[in-house]
Amino acid sequence: MRKCDKLVDVGRRHFLRGAATAVAGGAAATAMTAAGPAEAKPTFARVNYPSHRLANVSDLKVDQPLEITYPDADSPGVLIKLGSPAEGGVGPDGDIVAFSTLCPHKGFPLHYIATDKSLNCPGHYSRFDCEKGGMEIWGQATENLPQFLLRVDGKGDIYAEAIDDLIYGRLTNVLKA
Amino acid sequence: MAFKRNIDRLPIPPKDAKVQNVTCHFCIVGCGYKAYSWEVNRQGGPSAGSNAFGANLALQQDTETTNWFAPSMYNIVKQNGRDVHLVIKPDHECVVNSGLGSIRGARLGELSFSETTGSQAQRLTDPLVWRYGALYPTSWQDALDLVADVTRRVIEEQGEDGLIVSAFDHGGAGGGYENTWATGKLYFESMKIKNIRIHNRPAYNSEVHATRDMGVGELNNCYEDAELADTIFAVGTNALETQTNYFLNHWIPNLRGTSLRKKNAQLPGESHSAGRIVIVDPRRTVTVNACEIEAGKENVLHLAINSGTDLTLFNALVTYVSDQGWIDKEFIAASTSGLDAMLAANKTSLDDAAKITGLSADDIKKAASFIAEPKDGKRRRTMFAYEKGLIWGNDNYRTNGALVNLALATGNIGRPGGGCVRMGGHQEGYVRPDYPGGRPAPYVDQLLIGGKGGVHHIWDCDHYKTTLNALEFKTVYKKRTDMVKDAMSSVAYGDRNAQVEAIMGAIRKGGLFSVDVDIVPSKIGQAAHVILPAATAGEMNLTSMNGERRMRLTERYMDPPGQAMPDCLIVAGLAQALERSWRAAGKNDVADKFKGYDWKTEEDAFMDGYHANANGGKFVTYERLRAMGTNGFQEPAVDFRDGKIIGTKRLFANGTFNSKDGKATFMATQWRGLQAEGKQQEKDKFAFLINNGRANHVWQSAYLDQQNDFVMDRWPLPYIDMNPDDMNELSLQEGDLVEVYNDNGSTQAMVYPTPTARPKQTFMLFAFPTGPQGNVVSKGVNELILPNYKQTWANIRKIASAPEVTRHLTFKSQEYLPPT
Repeated sequence: MRKCDKLVDVGRRHFLRGAATAVAGGAAATAMTAAGPAEAKPTFARVNYPSHRLANVSDLKVDQPLEITYPDADSPGVLIKLGSPAEGGVGPDGDIVAFSTLCPHKGFPLHYIATDKSLNCPGHYSRFDCEKGGMEIWGQATENLPQFLLRVDGKGDIYAEAIDDLIYGRLTNVLKA
Repeated sequence: MAFKRNIDRLPIPPKDAKVQNVTCHFCIVGCGYKAYSWEVNRQGGPSAGSNAFGANLALQQDTETTNWFAPSMYNIVKQNGRDVHLVIKPDHECVVNSGLGSIRGARLGELSFSETTGSQAQRLTDPLVWRYGALYPTSWQDALDLVADVTRRVIEEQGEDGLIVSAFDHGGAGGGYENTWATGKLYFESMKIKNIRIHNRPAYNSEVHATRDMGVGELNNCYEDAELADTIFAVGTNALETQTNYFLNHWIPNLRGTSLRKKNAQLPGESHSAGRIVIVDPRRTVTVNACEIEAGKENVLHLAINSGTDLTLFNALVTYVSDQGWIDKEFIAASTSGLDAMLAANKTSLDDAAKITGLSADDIKKAASFIAEPKDGKRRRTMFAYEKGLIWGNDNYRTNGALVNLALATGNIGRPGGGCVRMGGHQEGYVRPDYPGGRPAPYVDQLLIGGKGGVHHIWDCDHYKTTLNALEFKTVYKKRTDMVKDAMSSVAYGDRNAQVEAIMGAIRKGGLFSVDVDIVPSKIGQAAHVILPAATAGEMNLTSMNGERRMRLTERYMDPPGQAMPDCLIVAGLAQALERSWRAAGKNDVADKFKGYDWKTEEDAFMDGYHANANGGKFVTYERLRAMGTNGFQEPAVDFRDGKIIGTKRLFANGTFNSKDGKATFMATQWRGLQAEGKQQEKDKFAFLINNGRANHVWQSAYLDQQNDFVMDRWPLPYIDMNPDDMNELSLQEGDLVEVYNDNGSTQAMVYPTPTARPKQTFMLFAFPTGPQGNVVSKGVNELILPNYKQTWANIRKIASAPEVTRHLTFKSQEYLPPT
C-alpha cells in the first residue's frame, strides 16, 4: 500500500479559499487525471484524484439515489438526480449531484430524504441540503458536506473527478493514490 | 455556493506532539479537548508508530474514531514565538462530552489567531488610544497612565460613583477565576464601585436570585443525573443547541434507554425504564424533535405555553401534585419550611392555569403525572432544568421561585436523578470580594443614558449587542463619547496635562470617557477612547467550572496576539498606574489601596484569588489541576488525597441547604400578569411576538464567528422564523430582509419560513452582530433589574427581497428527518 508520507507543503496551502481555489483545484485534478497514475515527483499542491465512472445518466431516476464509492471503496457516497438544476449539478438537466455520505461530524452514514432532498444523520441529527452544494441546514458538523465533482462524457457516463472538502475519517482524501 | 474549504489533506501530528488540556472556551458545558502542537517544519506519518494517535492512518477510520480531526480543528499558531501546528480535538476520555465536539468547540483551532493562515486577523494586538481623529497604537504604560489619570480625576470630582464599570462575571473565554478575581479586587476591594453591571444585563445581580433566596444554589446536581432521572422537566431551554453535548451525551442516553444499566446499578430497589421528558417552550425547537425521535412521541410532552405564563403552570402543578399526595413529606419535614403558606398563596386550579397558559388541563395533569406520580409506590425522580426562557422571561424572580417550589415539594434536590438547575450560558468562574452595592443594584444603563458618570471601564462586554433598549443606549452613548473625542482632538496628544484637562472639560459638560478591554474590536468599542487588548483562554492558563461545577484548567497552548495580555495582568497594570497617579496627586492614603497587584503571571492571580478565597480553594493549584486533566473535579473541593483533588458530586446531598437553619424555604409566587412596565401595552399594540434565542452555529462564540467564513456564510444576517401564512400576509419570501420595529427601536433580520412557528409568533436570533434584537426590547425590568428580553412585541415590514448574501442559503426545516 502506498503511504502518505510524501506529504509536504502543509502550511498555507489549505487556507486558500473561495471560488479561486475551486477553479485551481478543478484544473489540477484534470491535469493529474490526464497524466495517469500518480507517480510524478515532486508532489502536486493537491492530492491526485482518480477519475471513476459512477453510472450513466440513463441509469438514474429522480430522487432514487444510487450508492457509490469515491475515490475508493472505503469512502461511501451517493449519486442523485434531483429533478431540477442544482449547485454542482451535471447532466442534460444540470441536476445530477454526488456527495460523501459519511457525516463530517462523527462519520455516521447519512440517509436521503426525497421529500426535501436532504441528507440526514441519525447520529446527532445533522442535515445537509443536496440542492445547495451540501450546505448544512442544521447540525454539528463543522464542514458543509463534501461534494464530488462530476463530469459527463459524450456517452452520458458520469465520472467523479475530485472532492471539495475533507472526507470524514481520513487526513488525506486519497489514501491509495 | 455553500462555503467549502477545499482542503484535501491535513498534516499528521507526530508521535511526540505536545498534548495539553483544553476545556472549550464557549458555553457552560465545557467539553474536554486536547491541544496537539508540534514544530511547523515537522510532521508525523501514516504508520501507527509515527503519529500521535498510534493508528494506521493509511486506512479509512471508523465512525466516532479518535484518530481524526476536521479541518476546522487545525491551525498554525505561535508558541513562545515559534510557529507550530495546532490541532484542538475533542477528548474521548472527558466524561462531559466523551469525544463529542459541537459545531462551535470543534472550530477552536481555526478560531485561533494566526499570522500564518490569517485566521482571526481582527484580534487586537496593541493598546489603542484616540488621537488625530482615530484610534492608534501606543504602549501599555502610555495607555494605562491615561486611563488612570482620567479615572482619578473623575473620582476626585464625582466620587467613586463617577466610575461606571461593565465587567464579565463568568468563566470560559473573557472570564475565568483569574480574571473575575482581578477585576473584583480592583473594583470592590481597592475601590468600592457600586455602579457596575454584568456582560449581558444592565445591573450587578444574580439571574437566579429567587432560588438563592430559598437556600438552593442553582447548579446543584451533576450531568449524570440527567441519565438517572425518570423524567426531565425542561423549561425555556433549547438544550440541543445551547448545551449540545450535555444533551447528546447525558439526556439522549436516558431517552433512548441506554442508561438503564446505570440506573439499575446505582439505584437498586426501584423500577426503572427509559426516561420521559416534559418541555415547556412556546416554540417547537430542534430539541423537541430530537427527544421525539429518541424517546417516541408518547414519552415527550411539549407544553407550547403562551409566552411568559410559566409561573401559572408551575403553581398549578404544585397545587395538583400536593392535592394528589404526590409530595415528599419526609423530605419536606426534614429539610424545608413554609410549605403550607406557599400552597395557600399559590393555589391555582387546572382550569385557571389552562386559561392563562393556553394549555389543556389534561396536558397539565399529564405533566404532573410525568413529574411526580409514584412508580410502584416509590418516589419518581425528576430533574428540573431551566434557562433563558425563564431567566429572561416574564416575572423572573417569582417564576424561578415557583419552579424551585415544585422541585422541593417533590423531594428532587440533592438526590440522584434530581436537581433543580439552570442550564447556564457561559461557564462559571466567580471569586470576588463582596459587591459593595445594595439590592436592587443600580440600573447602570439607565445611569449612562441619564448622563451620569464620567468614566466607563468596559471589560469584555458589548452593550451595543447585548443590552435591552439598545437603540437609545447607543444613541446617547455615542453622543457622550463623541464630546470627549472632539475635546481630545482639540489639543496635542503628547501634552498629557492638556489632554486630561480637555477630557475633564468635556466630562463636566456631560461627556463620557470610555475604556474598552476586549480581544476583538467590539461594537461599543467604536465609541471608546482607549482600547486595551486582552488574551483569551489557551493564550493564558485559565480556570473555570461548568454546569455541574466541574473545574478544569485550560493550559496555555499558544501566544496571545501582539502585546495582548490576560485580563488579570491588565488589571494589575491598571492598579499600579492608579497607585502612581494617586501618589503623584499627593494622596498617599488612596494610593496605598492599590497595593497587592504584584502578579507576574495568571497563576499568581489564581493563588491570590481562588486558592486563598474560594470555598475549598486551598486544595486547588495549577499543578494539581493539570494532573486532573479534562475531567478535573466538581466544586467545592473538600480534600486532596492520593494525588487527587476530592470534589463534591451533588450539592445538598445531606438535606442541608444554604440558610441559617439549614432548611430550604418555599416561596409565595402569585401570578401578576406581564410584570415588567409597559409589556402588556406593547403586547396589545404590536402584532408579532419577537421571541428570541440562539442558533447552533453561533452560541457564546459570535465575537469570533463574525470573522469565520463557515458561520458567516450560513448566517450572514440574523434569521427570524415566521409562519408561512404570516409571510404571505406581508408578501415575504425566504431570505427577504425585514425590519422589526416598535416604540423602542428597530432592527433587521432575514426571513426563515417555519411551518411549525405559531401564527404571529416569531423567533429571532439574539445578540447577533448584524442585527441586534435588543434594539426592540423595552427598558422594562423586574424588581431586581433583570431584563425581560423574551416578551417583546413588534411589527414587521419588508425592507428588500433576498439579497445576494441570502440567496444561496438553504431555508429548509432544521428538524432531522428519520429514514422513511
